[in-house]
Amino acid sequence: MSDVPIPVKPKSRLRIALDSDLYYTFRRSPVAMVSAAVVLLLVLSAVFAPLIAPTNPFNPASLNLMNGFTAPMTPNAFTGETFLLGTDDQGRDVFSTILYGMRISLFVGVAAVFFAMVLGITLGLISGYVGGWTGTIIMRTADVQLTFPSILVAMLIFGIAKGVTPVEYRDQMAIWVLILAIGLSDWVQFARVVRGATLVEKNKEYVQAARLIGRTPGAIMLRHILPNVLSPVLVIATISLALAIIAEATLSFLGVGAPPTQPSLGTLIRIGQGFLFSGEWWILLFPAVTLLALALSVNLLGDWLRDALNPRLR
Amino acid sequence: MALVRVKNLSRVFDVSKPWLNRMIERRSKAFLTAVSEVDFDVEPRSTYALVGESGSGKSTIGKMLVGLLKATSGVVEIQGVDLASETDAAKIDAIRSDIQMIFQDPYASLNPRWRVKDIIAEPVASRGGNTEGLAEKLLEQVGLAVQDAGKFPHEFSGGQRQRICIARALASEPNLIVCDEPTSALDVSVQAQVLNLMSDLKDDFGLTYVLISHDLTVVRHMADRIGVLYLGRLVEEATPDDLFETPKHPYTQMLLAAAPQMDGFGREVQPPEGEIPDPINPPSGCAFHPRCPIAQDICKQKRPEMRNLKGIRVACHMTE
Repeated sequence: MSDVPIPVKPKSRLRIALDSDLYYTFRRSPVAMVSAAVVLLLVLSAVFAPLIAPTNPFNPASLNLMNGFTAPMTPNAFTGETFLLGTDDQGRDVFSTILYGMRISLFVGVAAVFFAMVLGITLGLISGYVGGWTGTIIMRTADVQLTFPSILVAMLIFGIAKGVTPVEYRDQMAIWVLILAIGLSDWVQFARVVRGATLVEKNKEYVQAARLIGRTPGAIMLRHILPNVLSPVLVIATISLALAIIAEATLSFLGVGAPPTQPSLGTLIRIGQGFLFSGEWWILLFPAVTLLALALSVNLLGDWLRDALNPRLR
Repeated sequence: MALVRVKNLSRVFDVSKPWLNRMIERRSKAFLTAVSEVDFDVEPRSTYALVGESGSGKSTIGKMLVGLLKATSGVVEIQGVDLASETDAAKIDAIRSDIQMIFQDPYASLNPRWRVKDIIAEPVASRGGNTEGLAEKLLEQVGLAVQDAGKFPHEFSGGQRQRICIARALASEPNLIVCDEPTSALDVSVQAQVLNLMSDLKDDFGLTYVLISHDLTVVRHMADRIGVLYLGRLVEEATPDDLFETPKHPYTQMLLAAAPQMDGFGREVQPPEGEIPDPINPPSGCAFHPRCPIAQDICKQKRPEMRNLKGIRVACHMTE
């Protein structure tokens, strides 16, 4: 036997990703591929809304009240302009409002889930690793919060925050308050899952090995345990994203969410439902279908991810 | 001077039910004595083995030696420093880097998300030491390839993983390595390789091992001194030759009689009588008396002291 080392070419990150089990199951699941394509399309069109949208619906100068209530793909009776998905009562192009509305919806959804995730992971790690009274207090708080419907918790937080902010900042702050409200109503499931996984990991010997060389609890939680509890978190985050988008839409529909100056999909639906019985169906239908497509495809993607990351379901 | 000095070491676990259940069922608190008044010294550059059945407290002692568990009473002194009561941070840190541990399950003792080089270098990196080329050097010393440094633990077999664990244990240049059943999760063929590697490294690095095992053949092969544990108590301590040739304590005799032997074909094996008692309610006096063939009245009343009979330490009223 010779001692000449065999040169091993390190794999590129792309190669590792393409060789992974996850990519393999992804390619074998038509549902996952279609929903990923839908999500990608919607997210990209939201991100590039200013480039794609024919008009800026929030610029009053570009609006012409004469264009109000134009049906989809029909020339307006007064101005002769045509709109792909029609216009609403103020002559705003529905297609453009959907693109801009989706930006708000996605931003609020992603930010709220991120906030819930950071909060939930932190509290879950602490309650699982430290345990004792600290852990008990955190988890009992979570249990109490779980007994209330999350939309109720979100409305409560939204109401309090709105009462605290001065009137002149309310519209600006509305989006951030919405993120806070949805995030705070959603951290519990992250905390529970992370706590459960932490309880399993902390008794493994690699954690003891780190403890005996004198690593601090913070370093052990962050560097050792966190990477090993992340995959269930990823699944919950995806499914929560769909739920957060719907929660935001619900709050906005109820009139306690995004203000009409920054309409999200939910606000658009609320505006549209006023015209449903007077025949202008497109003002309601198109935002609603967009919301449905967005929430459904994110949810399906989350379902697929949950199955793909669970080896027992293969 | 002894490297490790264990004095009167005890560990009691609170295994009570939650407060509410106790109130409803009117039960008192329950305590499990895992280790009870154990004394022993480990000389530098020697291998001290702790043997005993499951539940005899060997792993608990191991964890107290390295500071993963606090002792309920008694002290563990390593180079004269007691980690539990020492307040000088510099001294604690120096002792910490002097102690390492090799665990039983090589599949759980390496963080699956870390590369091998980061795992091996962690004891040094966490103290801000220079880790340049350290992992590669240690991998070669434990018989693995330099290229393995960039791989993840799942790419290795059990024996290779145990070698990685040994490399990690060596990284901070320790004096003492506590090995908690280092080979019990491995194939027999791999066990010998790992044990031989451990013996070689002991000579190369001047290491001291505390070897925790239930495998008598491993212990006989490796140890310079053997302590036999029963129900958390040290019942006998001797050199391998003395212990295997002339076991003094009746429990040691029973343990040796039950062990499988190569020349034992057709031999009628005397199975050990009875079972290890409940450590929550240990027997009075000598803990072994319910199973002991030579027990007398005194054994039920008085716990035997550790006596030194010409280098053999034994805790039994009946042996001379």
